[in-house]
Amino acid sequence: MAVDDQFYREFILDHYKNPRNFGRLEDADVSHEEYNPLCGDMVGMDFRIADGVIEDVRFHGRGCAISQASASLMTERLKGMSLEDARKISRDDVLEDLGIEISPARLKCALLTLKVLKVGAYGLAGDEEDDE
Amino acid sequence: MSMSRSDTAAPAAPLDVEAIRRDFPFFESGIAYLDSANTSQRPRQVLDAMLEYFTRYNSNIHRGVYRTSMEATERYDETRRKVREFINARSSKEVIFTRNVTDAINLVAYSWGRTNVREGDLIVLTVMEHHSNLVPWQILAREKGARIEYVDIDDAGELRMDQFHALLEKRPKLVAFAQVSNTLGTITPYREMTAAAHEAGAVVLIDGAQGVQHVGVDVQEVGCDFYGFTGHKVLGPTGVGVLYGRRDLLEAMPPFEGGGDMIKAVFLDHTEYAELPMKFEAGTPAIAEVIGLGAAIDYLRDVGLDAIRAHELGLTEYAMEALGDIEGLRLFGPPASRRAGVVSFDVDGIHPHDLATILDRHDVCLRAGHNCAMPLMHRLDVAALARASFFLYSTRQEIDRLVAGLHDAKRIFA
Repeated sequence: MAVDDQFYREFILDHYKNPRNFGRLEDADVSHEEYNPLCGDMVGMDFRIADGVIEDVRFHGRGCAISQASASLMTERLKGMSLEDARKISRDDVLEDLGIEISPARLKCALLTLKVLKVGAYGLAGDEEDDE
Repeated sequence: MSMSRSDTAAPAAPLDVEAIRRDFPFFESGIAYLDSANTSQRPRQVLDAMLEYFTRYNSNIHRGVYRTSMEATERYDETRRKVREFINARSSKEVIFTRNVTDAINLVAYSWGRTNVREGDLIVLTVMEHHSNLVPWQILAREKGARIEYVDIDDAGELRMDQFHALLEKRPKLVAFAQVSNTLGTITPYREMTAAAHEAGAVVLIDGAQGVQHVGVDVQEVGCDFYGFTGHKVLGPTGVGVLYGRRDLLEAMPPFEGGGDMIKAVFLDHTEYAELPMKFEAGTPAIAEVIGLGAAIDYLRDVGLDAIRAHELGLTEYAMEALGDIEGLRLFGPPASRRAGVVSFDVDGIHPHDLATILDRHDVCLRAGHNCAMPLMHRLDVAALARASFFLYSTRQEIDRLVAGLHDAKRIFA
């Protein structure tokens, strides 16, 4: 018996196996890590910022396909983006990037990177996503 | 129950698993449930006992003078006697109802711990404890300035007894450990550890959350000072657990929580506390749940723990062999004969959460994550594990479905 592959779509598996912008930035202006206390998944991001623009971004961490693909997708979105625009990225944007239906149990995996972005790059409270 | 129970399977008639499964309404769903170490399913007998309380004699206990209240009180106290017999405590006064094992351990940490543990004292735990047998002691140690040292495991997932004995030479105040590891399934040498710890002058608490329903316990024979287990892992409802405590220790301990039911007499300037066990049961308890726990213990006793253990051992051997054949799958923990029905594993290149999500789509339930044992995950150098666990109603067909689902996960992630 095989289940349908809609959940683990090819591009998610691709981002999981071949993560974009993976690693550390030596000359990062901002670095931040967050953990998912439910499963121990971790995502960290390093940002290099110049003139209000994210010049470069890398991520590191370990976790499931959803959390790591989400981080990989986020770095693609962020590179070259102004901080002002990055600030506007919402949970809906993240879920839209993933393009799959995320069950409540896996929502924290999908949104871990957004938390890294918000807490790390902006010092915003990271808890606002927790009640979802 | 016999006075001495063997941890290895004793000859017992095979279980009529199909008949057992018919007692559990959940299985009408067709779901393969391999997460009993997390919470068990509950038979009709338990549900009916609770429903009967709610519909026929729903009343508070230890208060009413009317007949339904007396019946509720009688049925509540009857479970206490069943628990006493189940774990072979000397007296029902040594059986305290709590919310769960976490609550039971916190009761000991707050009441016994704050009275007896002092600055510089040593507490000995193990690296494979569930968080519920770690965090309360860390809180206590920080508050009192006490130290904690941990017994490590070997590569097979068994406790390093050489280290344990070396730690005992430092004369710890308390030794606390699981009877059965919730992640590796390891059955610890709890009798030997208790005897050695007592010789070193330590008080011994055993976390029986994964033990009482699989290998059983005779608290007098083991000789432990405290023992905790929880209702929802032994076919009973959530919201009720048990703390066994040696009577002289419980008598000397101050109350954990104050309130109704735990008092003898209250004055504006002082209070006289109730006798055991009520001294530790403040407020209206989970009456229906306690009554349900009584029905669960009846059920386990009727089936027989020896037969349950033999059934689980057969399943564990079957599962370890079937899983061991999957390429890239790593099994953790000791051989089947030295563990309860728990099998933790990971698969190369697939995170346990992704495994569990794919298995969910095959209607197979298993635990994925740190199993509430983050220090053990660090010790094993894994972020998370997948865990399948079995109970008296589990079948080989369910394990076959797990294996098929794992092959599908490998196909998707190939």
